[in-house]
Amino acid sequence: MNGVHDMGGMDGFGPVVHEQNEPVFHAGWEGRVYAIASIAVGRGLINADEFRHAIERIPPARYLASSYYERWIAAVETLLVERRVVTRKELLAKEDGAIDPALIANAVATQGPAPIKVKTEKRPPRARFAKGARVRARNLNPSGHTRLPRYVRGKAGVIARDWGVFVFPDTNAHHAGTKPQHCYSVAFDARELWGKAANSREQVYLDLWEDYLEPIASSSKRQATRRQTERRSGGR
Amino acid sequence: MSGDHHNTDDTGPAARVKALEAILTEKGLIDSAAIDAIVDIYETRVGPRNGARVVAKAWTDPAYRKRLLANATSAVAELGFAGPEGEHLVAVENTDRVHNLIVCTLCSCYPWPVLGLPPVWYKSFAYRSRAVSDPRGVLKDFGLELAPEVEVRVWDSSAAIRYLVIPERPKGTEGMSEDALAAIVTRDSMVGVAKIAAPTSRRGGSAPARA
Repeated sequence: MNGVHDMGGMDGFGPVVHEQNEPVFHAGWEGRVYAIASIAVGRGLINADEFRHAIERIPPARYLASSYYERWIAAVETLLVERRVVTRKELLAKEDGAIDPALIANAVATQGPAPIKVKTEKRPPRARFAKGARVRARNLNPSGHTRLPRYVRGKAGVIARDWGVFVFPDTNAHHAGTKPQHCYSVAFDARELWGKAANSREQVYLDLWEDYLEPIASSSKRQATRRQTERRSGGR
Repeated sequence: MSGDHHNTDDTGPAARVKALEAILTEKGLIDSAAIDAIVDIYETRVGPRNGARVVAKAWTDPAYRKRLLANATSAVAELGFAGPEGEHLVAVENTDRVHNLIVCTLCSCYPWPVLGLPPVWYKSFAYRSRAVSDPRGVLKDFGLELAPEVEVRVWDSSAAIRYLVIPERPKGTEGMSEDALAAIVTRDSMVGVAKIAAPTSRRGGSAPARA
């Protein structure tokens, strides 16, 4: 989804501020929500992709005003609601739609979480692209979860490495199948991404699933196609 | 607006997390002892010191360096480091010609087993937004200015691969032990926002000559 979380290439957030001697957690609750989410993912109660998507669904203004671990709390709460640990009716009883901690705690005793259904499919994951192949990131704007950042859509790059087969986040986040497929390291020239004024000695390497990519026909292939077309039209 | 203010107020996030913990505990899905243990692991055991040991070994053992560059996950496991967000590790090496920088523009993916949990700056909107479009500018925020001829490679770790930068070994560290070298490797150098300064003097060891 085209959320505010997709930040690559945005301006206006100011300089990077470096905190000296930073603690691992700035408050006790940060460590606890980190651990809760880790256990939930580790035990398969939620998958990492739907957790990321739950963070992405935080309304943009709230997303920007929240700290990193506050976004984690919101995501775990969202998923608990969707698992029907708390019902929508109970939620609507609150004026601002925010989740009431006491309400959640009370609901636990009477309601269990809805089971997660994951469709699995067997698809032979053959690699479509070879190292060195020129590819284009597709111009996709899915309403659901995706790991195809906006800044690279429609841009041309080169397959640098084939990382092997991985679960596809775009479907896995919605329990619509794991759709295993190859994921590649694709090298993009900074000038391709940011225009001619960008530095020619900079590249961005992005890991992209096969479904995000389309081949760019080599010039010899294009010429062959053109010749074929000409031949066909000439024969008529 | 701050993306990273910290609210320790008991009516804020602390109360919400307490409720979450209560729910999941009552359902038997988690227990508080496990939470305590995880917090302790990331506060005391899993952190950039792990990555520093990997780098120091790569600097002193050419065969290990080769294995690390070929398959970082297994090379890191040789030193006993593994776990969540470390299932697919890749090491990229800085040289005098190539500088590598790691970011995750979509969230804040980070190689936990070797670097621990990410610092606030890595998770900040400023870093996530600009590391891909203006890496040299971001490095200047950290006080690192690269020569114009140096190639910058930014790795946006928005998929399953987690990256570790092997920083350049500073001059003047010849003859230092692996342990002593591990002590000078910084977290920031392993993300690629800093270089390691040559040590000028060190306590309790053979101080190498200044380069």
